[in-house]
Amino acid sequence: MGAFLVKRILATIPVLVIVAIIVFTLIRLVPGDPAAVIAGNMATNEDIARIRTELGLDRGFLTQLALWAKGLASSDLGQSFFFKKEVTALIGERLEPTLSLAFLTIVLTVLVAVPLGTLAAWRHGGWLDRALMGFSVLGFSIPVFVLGYLLVYVFALKLDWFPVQGYRPLRDGLWPWLHQLLLPAITLSIVYVALIARVTRASVAEALTEDYVRTARAKGLPEARVLVRHALANAAVPIVTVIGIGIALLIGGVVVTESVYSIPGLGTLTVDAVLARDFPVIQGVILFFAFLYVMVNLLVDLSYLFLDPRIRY
Amino acid sequence: MSETRAPVLSVRDLAVALPAGADRALAVEHISFDVGAGEIVCLLGESGSGKSVISFAVMGLLPDNVHVSAGEIRLGDTNLLSLTAAQLRELRGDEIAMIFQEPMTALNPVMTCGAQLDELLSEHTAFSAAERHAKTLAMFEAVKLPEPERIFASYPHQLSGGQRQRIMIAMALILEPKLLIADEPTTALDVTTQAEVLALIKTLQRERGTAVLFITHDMGVVAEIADRVVVLQQGKQVESGAKHEVLQSPREDYTRMLIAAVPPIDPPELHHHFADAPALSVQELCKTYSSGGWLQKRRETRAATLVSFDVRPGETVGIVGESGSGKSTVARCITRLIDPSQGEVHLRDVKLHAGSREALKAARKRIQIVFQDPYRSLDPRQRVGEAIIEGPVNFGVPREQALARARELMTLVRLSPDVLSRYPNEFSGGQRQRISIARALALDPEVLICDEAVSALDVSVQAQVLKLLEEIQAELNLAILFITHDLRVAAQICDRVLVMQHGIVVEQGTTRDVFRAPTHEYTRKLLASAPGRAFQFAAAAAT
Repeated sequence: MGAFLVKRILATIPVLVIVAIIVFTLIRLVPGDPAAVIAGNMATNEDIARIRTELGLDRGFLTQLALWAKGLASSDLGQSFFFKKEVTALIGERLEPTLSLAFLTIVLTVLVAVPLGTLAAWRHGGWLDRALMGFSVLGFSIPVFVLGYLLVYVFALKLDWFPVQGYRPLRDGLWPWLHQLLLPAITLSIVYVALIARVTRASVAEALTEDYVRTARAKGLPEARVLVRHALANAAVPIVTVIGIGIALLIGGVVVTESVYSIPGLGTLTVDAVLARDFPVIQGVILFFAFLYVMVNLLVDLSYLFLDPRIRY
Repeated sequence: MSETRAPVLSVRDLAVALPAGADRALAVEHISFDVGAGEIVCLLGESGSGKSVISFAVMGLLPDNVHVSAGEIRLGDTNLLSLTAAQLRELRGDEIAMIFQEPMTALNPVMTCGAQLDELLSEHTAFSAAERHAKTLAMFEAVKLPEPERIFASYPHQLSGGQRQRIMIAMALILEPKLLIADEPTTALDVTTQAEVLALIKTLQRERGTAVLFITHDMGVVAEIADRVVVLQQGKQVESGAKHEVLQSPREDYTRMLIAAVPPIDPPELHHHFADAPALSVQELCKTYSSGGWLQKRRETRAATLVSFDVRPGETVGIVGESGSGKSTVARCITRLIDPSQGEVHLRDVKLHAGSREALKAARKRIQIVFQDPYRSLDPRQRVGEAIIEGPVNFGVPREQALARARELMTLVRLSPDVLSRYPNEFSGGQRQRISIARALALDPEVLICDEAVSALDVSVQAQVLKLLEEIQAELNLAILFITHDLRVAAQICDRVLVMQHGIVVEQGTTRDVFRAPTHEYTRKLLASAPGRAFQFAAAAAT
């Protein structure tokens, strides 16, 4: 396993290098000049040229790339054009809201989807099963922003159970933090509940047909134990895989949700950076997301070792 | 069994209804038998006889859409059919226990073996954790598992098939149930392991006075273990009685047919002479698998070592051995489904071991395989006619001509040519295996390799397919390499045999010589393990 871990961690390096080069190239291909955005509408051409030189954008493409790469090697993501701050510091500031939202979403999703999917598999074809299938089609097809505004309208504006928008950091206390985040987390989790409940249902339903489930019943075990310890435990690998994919996809999802609920996280930072053509921030955030993505995948692969003793690396 | 003692299990006039749309309305009907304490009753039947349905009815584990429609099942004084689901669950594992066919899949792969017994004990007893642990270890000892402590902490995949079946037996018997249901418990095991497991079940059952309902399709196993036999056919009880009555003087034709279909283990005398040059010649074939590499320790597994033999036209050469003996590896190397590590394979003038992919392609049609499982070796979405002509058409035979040949082949394997447009699921196992044979013959091969080709079939069907193979061989002068774990089958069809163990041919010669006067210790052990070897069956006695 040690060898596997070393290999996998080494393998992340080329992935991140390729992502870095692609992002760097792509944002320079997109029309729009950061210097012009910073200079504003009233600026002269000289102003813009001066700002370009200040930002280093007048140098050749390869020189810029080399400079950025040099910074990366010493974990320096550069300076934001717009905020005039270190990108690493910016990401640090915005990390808590995004991680909080992602974490709460995943916890909610797993707590709801796994039991729901398991019960649906157990009563295959029953009312719960059919209701769940219907719900999941709905969950897949409603866009996050529609659902977000709908929930805000009902639960924040009409019923006044939750605040409309904003974020309270964890240091203000657990309840204020949770109270602020619950609505966005629910919004974001609907589609993942649909996805993970379906996968759980399929996976558990398959496990329920296995011989060892028959053995468990022949032992006179209570149905709950047959379902959890024998069926669900054996169905775990595909479920965890999809949860892993869900976490990765969520990173894309927070961009929209944070905008809808005005949460000052990485999602809003990305949107602001794109609008301001803030190249270093865009590069840094995307590289950071790619890094998270690779780490989540590694953790999922490692979790297999605990879920299935037959898997050895 | 004395008249005064009530039987442990009493089944009276049992009928089990299948859901609408099944091939028959009742899975079983008018089933009546008793199992007394300390008695082993065998339910004997071929596939579709309903023998497993009876065991699940007793356990209360029938699928939701299948239910008991008439009759009575009593465990001692308790009418099992009147119990609630919760009451039945209390009995299961405690009073009635069950062992299943597939030790590979019947244990939970993500729980240690110890934990699987432990949860049974904690469900049905009030023992402390330490007591449960001690009791489990003692039971592992009783089923003769080596190093109980290590086995306790092992996962099922770390154990052999025989060891897993011992775990199942330990789990079934640890609470000393009154009734043990054993559903084909040794069918998936190697013959030497089967002999050990049968002996173990018998010993434990004697010691504890357990009533055993033993389900099997294997006449040899019945001869080995049964006190009484119930013969089933298509859900109906054909006859029942003491083992000696049923097996030696059967009353019903069906029973007689079943007994007659059991191949005798004594090979018939060899009449043929094969003077021709070999069609297939294998010389010092070796196959070594190695795993590991970068950062990992290299491990080598020798799957086949220095295997040499010839197969001449018209001759059937058998490779017998248990799982892991390397017999299938040899077949795969010959057909170059895998590359041999060393050695030579000649198909007359063609070197199969060395040729390029192109050269190999031309030779491939001359050597064909029939695989073990007729349910999985045919593409379910391909009409059988298409499956048969796919090979010839691939080699450039015009479609019409290939179809005409397919019709001839269907006649050759005793099927109607009119069914070529059907899909595999419309055929029984035996019919599918005939189709597989027709498919293999469609390329006019010189050599036919049968890899456990009759192992998945019922004995009566097995006998028909073996006879068919012999007739086809005589007609086409085929060289057949017949790979099997079943000594009875080998005895009947093979002219010569090779006995393999751990990748090495330990003995070879004419089948009659090897079976009548085995020289290697392993061959002797294999032959001694064949179930029912010492038993005189009715038909065998008659000939």
